[in-house]
This record gives sequence, structure tokens and C-alpha cells, in this order.
Amino acid sequence: MKRGMAAVLVLGLGVLAGCGNAPGGTGGGDEKVVRIGLIAPLTGDVKTFGESTKNAFELALEQAGYKAGDFTIQHFIQDDRNDPTEAMNIATKLITEQKVHALVGSVSSKATISVSDVANQSRVVHITGTATNIAVTVDEKGNRKPFVFRACFTDPFQGQVAAKFALETLGARTAAVLYDKGNDYSVGLAESFRQHFEAGGGEVVAWEAYALTDTDFSAILTKVADAKPDLLYLPDYYQKVSLIGKQARAKGITATMMGGDGWDSSELDFATMAGGYFTNHYSPEDTRPEVQQFVTDYQAKYGSVPDALAVLAYDATNILLEGIRRANSNDPDQIRQAIQNLKEFKAVSGQISFDENGNPVKPAAILQVQGDKTTKFIASVNP
Amino acid sequence: MGDLLESIRNGLPLLLEQVLNGLQLGFVYALIALGYTMVYSIIKLINFAHGDIFMVGAFLGVFGFTYWHLPWPAAILVAMAGCALLGVLIERIAYRPLRAKGAPRIAALITAIGVSLFIEYFSSLKFVFGPNYRVVERPFGDFRWSLGGVGISSIQLLVIAVVLGLLLALQYVVYRTRIGKAMRAVAFDMDAARLMGIDVDKVIAYTFAIGSALAAAAGVLYALAYPQIHPFMGIMPGLKAFTAAVLGGIGNIPGAVLGALIMGQVEVMTAAYISSEFRDAIAFSLLILVLLVRPAGLLGKAGPEKV
Repeated sequence: MKRGMAAVLVLGLGVLAGCGNAPGGTGGGDEKVVRIGLIAPLTGDVKTFGESTKNAFELALEQAGYKAGDFTIQHFIQDDRNDPTEAMNIATKLITEQKVHALVGSVSSKATISVSDVANQSRVVHITGTATNIAVTVDEKGNRKPFVFRACFTDPFQGQVAAKFALETLGARTAAVLYDKGNDYSVGLAESFRQHFEAGGGEVVAWEAYALTDTDFSAILTKVADAKPDLLYLPDYYQKVSLIGKQARAKGITATMMGGDGWDSSELDFATMAGGYFTNHYSPEDTRPEVQQFVTDYQAKYGSVPDALAVLAYDATNILLEGIRRANSNDPDQIRQAIQNLKEFKAVSGQISFDENGNPVKPAAILQVQGDKTTKFIASVNP
Repeated sequence: MGDLLESIRNGLPLLLEQVLNGLQLGFVYALIALGYTMVYSIIKLINFAHGDIFMVGAFLGVFGFTYWHLPWPAAILVAMAGCALLGVLIERIAYRPLRAKGAPRIAALITAIGVSLFIEYFSSLKFVFGPNYRVVERPFGDFRWSLGGVGISSIQLLVIAVVLGLLLALQYVVYRTRIGKAMRAVAFDMDAARLMGIDVDKVIAYTFAIGSALAAAAGVLYALAYPQIHPFMGIMPGLKAFTAAVLGGIGNIPGAVLGALIMGQVEVMTAAYISSEFRDAIAFSLLILVLLVRPAGLLGKAGPEKV
């Protein structure tokens, strides 16, 4: 409240003093300021995701000295409770009342999709760190929302990277794929893996769907064991993967197991899945200077190792800042074009360029599960 | 023609292996189905909390051999004893007062659903079992033997052996002991049994104890075979076992086992030769078909002879 009063006073004084004091002297109340809003779930079911996102956002702004090009940054942070309706309300409020030029966030796809619709219609730049669903950057008709970008790769991309790694690095020729038919994430990874694995000369010898409530995988694993694949691709979350992995080993399946970022949890069954690989957004062990610098800075400020959410929010914020710098403008249309034209921007999660749908073209990290409850960074794979 | 013979010869070991997978699943369902059917035959109550007793049994057993360092057969016995007590307790607190007041059967059914939800959500609390999925570390190694191309695993042998042992024990209790005789009498005609001096409440308590102990054993075996436990793990197996009991003829002990074995085979064969997505749909369709033809279930009789 006090700060609000002070701001009003300062603004008032500025107006009284006329434009003579404004740096650059281009005049008006709207001198060289760019306003950025962050929308993140700071309370609710995915609160820790929101906290990581907010930490990374603030760190990025602080490191930029709250400046981008000639523009001073004003920022606003709002909580959407991971609720799509609330996210839409906040986005509308930030755009109409705070008159932001750009929005960062939110975390989950469901909340982010509603933000992206509002932002795109209002012609405000919007970038999300972590929402992987295709519908964030394209509408139902498949048309691009031109003001919307994301810093993470999409679901099908992980399948593509996994197929490439399996074929080229692991030398796998045959693969079995088990996926949850009712989960878009799982289906997206599975189908993309199959498409690229077969295009690369591999053969999918078992293609098996299951339901979320299934716990007995003996029948399909017996078929898989009979097909003797080199690789078992399990694109699902850590709980299901642990259960399938254990039953697979009991069926005498010795194939290498592989999956996506859904494996990234301390509750994965590390003993069973040891030796398996998964695609992820980043690894804190990656030796690239961008990664090490970020991990050090983040730890110094917050006292913990940044998770993938922090990395992606940090990248999203920096991509936006770079866009503002290149455009050297607070006009959303110019910022949007500058982001679209970024080439190999050095972000923590890799060098980023954008495709025609606002998705980053960047490498994925391949991690290997270790028996001692850790993961080991293996490689960075380009699409 | 030669090709066809060849493919049958190649497919046969695989088919037999799938039959074994189905037996493993069906035998676990059988143990749960017995509890449903025994309780139903005596007090005409579908004890919807039965699947949750199965869950508690799984947790007790897993805690037994991981945290309390018991040998696994002892862990199964501890789980059985613990759940027998729990079953009796539930009957004493939730069902007996209703029976004493002569409440309608629908009231008991709703109570059973309430007890089921209570156990699930109470177990989810942090200081009870907690809401998370837990990985089960098997207390013995995974061995596999190949008999003429048919693979069989140590866990499958264990499940089949334990369930057969428990079925024999149950057969003995029901047909060769005084309490078994009393149970059959109460199932036949509760009022007549009471007039003959049988302590009906005691018989009902025993029935709950035996049914719950079997569910607990099923829970531990299930946790060993499909090694993950969580507070809601009892819902689906409970429903399937209930279906199995109805399929075989609710109130009929051999019927429960038969129904469970059929359910196990149908599920596994659907997953193996059609698609895993259809396993539940086909299993439940079969139930509807059987009931259309035989409304009392496969071995059920219209008459009062049950148990």
C-alpha cells in the first residue's frame, strides 16, 4: 500500500515536472518502461511448481538489472491457483488494468491455454516455461497464435528424441511400446516415438495400450517377452513406470527401458529402473557454462538446486528479455517478431530457435537412472 | 497347412503362459471373492468395505517384511490376524447395531459404502499409510523356470500354492469344525439356528474374521505380484472379486472360486489376444451375459442352500 502511494507521488511529481526530466525525453507518461506480468500457481495443488517459477522469474529480472535495452522493467506477480478460470481472469486484469506488454506463465497446460487465448486476442506477448500441450500455441483450427511462445519442448518432441537416441546411441533395432491410452501425454510420446523409430529403420514389435487403473501387466508383458525387443519404451509417469518395470523384469525381460520427463521424480523405483534412460529438459550436471552459472546463482539466492521448472521459467523470462532488447521497444508486435527471429539463443536448457508454431527447436537432455537414487547426465540430443 | 501347424506349435507355450498369468490373477480374486460370498450367505450384506480390508492387508504384509523385518510367511500371518481383527471390529461397530435395531438392508449397504470410504481416506492421512504410492521390495528373488518353453515365475508358484493351501484350510473349517457347521446353519436359516441355541452374533463375527483374513492374504499376494501399494488399491480388485462372486453365484463358495478363475482368464486373454483396453469391458459384459441366462450365477441355486 505504501509503495503504491509512493509510486503515485513519484508519478505525480514526474507529471508536474514535465517531460524534461525523462531520460531520452521522448515525452509522455509512458516513457521507456516495459511492463511484464507473471502468472503462476503460488497456492494449490502444484504450489512448488509455482514457487520455482516465481524464483526463476525474479532471478532473471534481477540479473538483468530490471532493464532490457533502453527500457526499465516493471513487473507484476499473480497467483492463478492452477485454475484455468482464475488464470484467465488474472490475465485479463493484468492486460486491462496494469497494461502489461508481455506475460510469462503459467505452469500447467490447462491454465496456460486460457492465458494464451486472452493474450493473443489482446495482442500481448505471452511465453510459458513449462506448458507442453500443443494447444498452447495453436488454436483448435490449427492456426498459430502469433503472440504465444513456449520455452519447453512439446510432448511429441520427446518421443522423437528418444527414438533417435535409441537408434543411434543404444543401437536398438526393435522396440516395444506400452502406453496409457487415456493420457494425452503418454499417447503423444508413444506415437511420436513409433513414427520416428520406424522412420529411422527400427521396428516396433509390440504396441500395447493399457488403462490408468490397470495394475496387472502380465498378459501384455508375456507378449513383449516373446517378441524379445531391444528396447522397452514406457512413456508414462513414475508410478506406473515403476510398476510396469518391476513386472517386466519378473517376466525375464532384459531390454533397456526408456521414457520421458514423467520419470523425473524422487519416487521412481530406482533399483528396478537402474540403467534405464529418459528424456528431460535439463540436467544440473550438464557442464555447459550457462547451466553451471544458473545452478550456482540459483543456489546462492534460494539455497536449493533448481528443478526443471525453474530452468524453463528462467529461460522463458530471458527469451522475453532478449526479444525486448532486440526490438528495443515495448511494442508487443515488435517484441513478438524479435522472439520469432531468435537464432540459437543460449538458454540454460539449450540453444533455442523457434519453429513456425512458437515451439523451441533445442536439444533434450538424456539422463540415465542410477541404482543409488540419482540420475546421470548422458548426452544432449538435437532433434 | 504346415505353416498353420507350425504357428500353433509356436503359439502354444505362449498360450499356456497366458493361462498361468490368468491363474495368478484369478486365484487372488478368489481369495477376495470368498469373503464377499461368505458374508453375503450369512447376513445378505454386500460388504463393500471388503476391498479396503484387502488394501489394509497388503499394507500390513508389506510393512511386515520391509519395516518390521519379519520373514514373509510370518508377514502374511500378521496381516491375516490384523485384518481378521479389523473385520470383526467393523462388524461390531458398524453392522451389528443396525442388525440389532432391525434396520433395512439398504441401510447396512450404505453403511458398508461409508465404511469403505472411511478406510480409504483415513488410510490416506499422513500419519496412517499416507497418500503416496509405495514400491514393494520383494523379500525373495525373482526366479523363472522354463518347462517346455512355458515360463513360470517364483511369484506365480507362490500365489498358486498359498491360495490352494488357504482354500483347503477353508474347506476344512466350513465342513469339518463346529464353527463351520454353525456357519452353515446360520446361512441356511438364521432364526432356526438361533432357536437351536447357536450364538448367531458370534458366528457372524467368525465369518467376518475368516473372510477378512483371506482378503488380507490376497492383499499381500497381490502386493508381491503387482508390486505397488496405495490406499485406493482395493477398489478395482474388490469390484472384480465381487463380480466374480456374483458370476459364480453369490453365497456359494465353489462358485466364488470358479467365478474368480473365469474373471482372471477373461481379463488376461482379452489383454493378450485383443487389447488391454478392453479387459474390463469384456469381463463385465460376460457377467451381464451369464446373469441373463442364469440369474443366480453359474453355481447359484434359487433355493436357500448356501455356503
